[in-house]
Amino acid sequence: MAEAKLLKQDSWPGLFAKLQASGRRILAPRGKPGLILFEEVSSPEAMASKYIQTTLSAKSAVFPRCEELFQYRFEGKDVKIEDRQLDPPPTVIFGLRPCDASSFAVLNAVFSWDYQDAFFKSRLKNTAVIGISCRESDEYCFCTSVGGGPGDTKGSDILLTRQDSGDYLAEILTAKGQELVSLAPELFAEAPSAEKGKFLAQVPAHFEVKELSQKLPRLFDSGIWVEQSLRCLGCGACAFVCPTCVCFDIQDEADREAGSRLRCWDSCGFSLFTLHTSGHNPRSVQSQRWRQRLMHKFSYFPERLEVLGCVGCGRCARSCPADMNLLEHLQAIMEAP
Amino acid sequence: MAEPNIYKPYLMRLEKITEEAPGVKTFRLLFQNEEESKNFSFQAGQFGEYSVLGEGESTFCIASSPTRKGYLECTFRQMGRVTTALANREVGDTIAFRGPYGNTFPLEEWFGKNLLYIAGGIALPPLRCVIWNTLDLRDRYQNITILYGARTVADLVYKHELEEWEKRGDVKLLTTVDPGGETPEWKGQIGFVPAILEKEAPASDNTIALVCGPPIMIKLTLPVLKKFGFTPENTFTTLENRMKCGLGKCGRCNVGKYYVCKDGPVFTLAQLNELPPEY
Repeated sequence: MAEAKLLKQDSWPGLFAKLQASGRRILAPRGKPGLILFEEVSSPEAMASKYIQTTLSAKSAVFPRCEELFQYRFEGKDVKIEDRQLDPPPTVIFGLRPCDASSFAVLNAVFSWDYQDAFFKSRLKNTAVIGISCRESDEYCFCTSVGGGPGDTKGSDILLTRQDSGDYLAEILTAKGQELVSLAPELFAEAPSAEKGKFLAQVPAHFEVKELSQKLPRLFDSGIWVEQSLRCLGCGACAFVCPTCVCFDIQDEADREAGSRLRCWDSCGFSLFTLHTSGHNPRSVQSQRWRQRLMHKFSYFPERLEVLGCVGCGRCARSCPADMNLLEHLQAIMEAP
Repeated sequence: MAEPNIYKPYLMRLEKITEEAPGVKTFRLLFQNEEESKNFSFQAGQFGEYSVLGEGESTFCIASSPTRKGYLECTFRQMGRVTTALANREVGDTIAFRGPYGNTFPLEEWFGKNLLYIAGGIALPPLRCVIWNTLDLRDRYQNITILYGARTVADLVYKHELEEWEKRGDVKLLTTVDPGGETPEWKGQIGFVPAILEKEAPASDNTIALVCGPPIMIKLTLPVLKKFGFTPENTFTTLENRMKCGLGKCGRCNVGKYYVCKDGPVFTLAQLNELPPEY
């Protein structure tokens, strides 16, 4: 059961110091508006002061953009493989938005539904999330349309909500959260009230996502995919900023003596993604790839892995160079015949 | 690492190279580690990721039969970076292999039935595995017919095995080449696979059809099978979607809610009819 505490505004430096003294590294939003990323910080002063949403989510903390799967060394006709020793540092992600916090469950569904991906799982296990509720949103946010909310606790171990006084309501949600609190119990006072609704952004819900998931298979042959994707450049930015996009490529990088096998982010929006060696491409045009992107997130994922592949963070729309707005497109799909 | 690294391949020794056709080779691979060799097993229809370390991985079916223990075989055409690197390997070189992945042909469900294999070109390898598997369990099945076609006589793969199947009394083998692809010595049929199938007029009673080939061959063969009464449930094929991980994660082979690498590569026509046409 969640426990509500009060974290004073001026106690962040103390909390950071205790977290670091315990051997944990802290990833928090850094940078200026326009480019704010989760990076290691040593004190809260280093954090970006004002942001509705970070430029990238904290996905790379558990699923790096590029990572080594193993190394190898050539010895004549033999090859020696050196396995990765996975020992991810204990990490606290501080200041994650509720939408991003809930995205880890989507990644986890893919990485553990059948074969278990030790790379992802070991990192997730060593990661704790201290989320911060949203007091502000913008026109791209639609968390409430996809099962989330500005104060949603899913995926956070502790969720902080800033009150008008400047102090934070701290919901201690999991055993990992309890463990963090136990590092600095003196900083967490009794909360006079656990009420947080009045401190949250108002994010209107635009559609019923279950209806969307049920409707999509019928629209497979609809003309709407061409209509919506005509201006898509196929640049893949939407996938790279997406907290739940998980498709990847496997590549080798080597010289004559040694090399490594790498796993790197990829995107179903790229024409090469499904291209066969023969030249045949099951998704040869951009409209098919746009359809796949939406179908995968809103139809195939829910049906197959019982998760929704979207948390409504709005990054894809914010970063699209052709101004494709996912929320608007989803609304159009809901209205399509 | 508490859990094993699912991306780490087995190291194999390239034991034998067979030149099958222009640009097409078969590799026989042995496990370098005896323990791994002993513990390894697979079933007909499954595939793997083969690689030259430093170049990348390619997806091919396991072309040898699980009844032939101790080695794996794959057959591939030299096309891109990885297959070119593979084609340049010599006997004794190291090849990396991950697998086996994917589902299997339901061989036990077919006990007591007739089997009709139909393959075109470089698509005989996925069927070769199950052909040998069923030939090695010959008394479990009724009539076995193999119809195999290629563009030219030179493009026919497994030429020695075709001769062997030809000689066997318990297999009916029909080989064909496209018109113009024959040589003066050619004794087989001349014509496209669907036309030869039509001429052969196979009975569909108690019969399973397995079809592997280029998309155009499959497209024109299915109506012929239908005409002779083969149901979608009794018609099998394998999908060849591009893959990277083989583990149901990288997203590349996703067709509808299915991952070809996990739910396939073996599908019945009935299953394919339910899928979006993205293969």
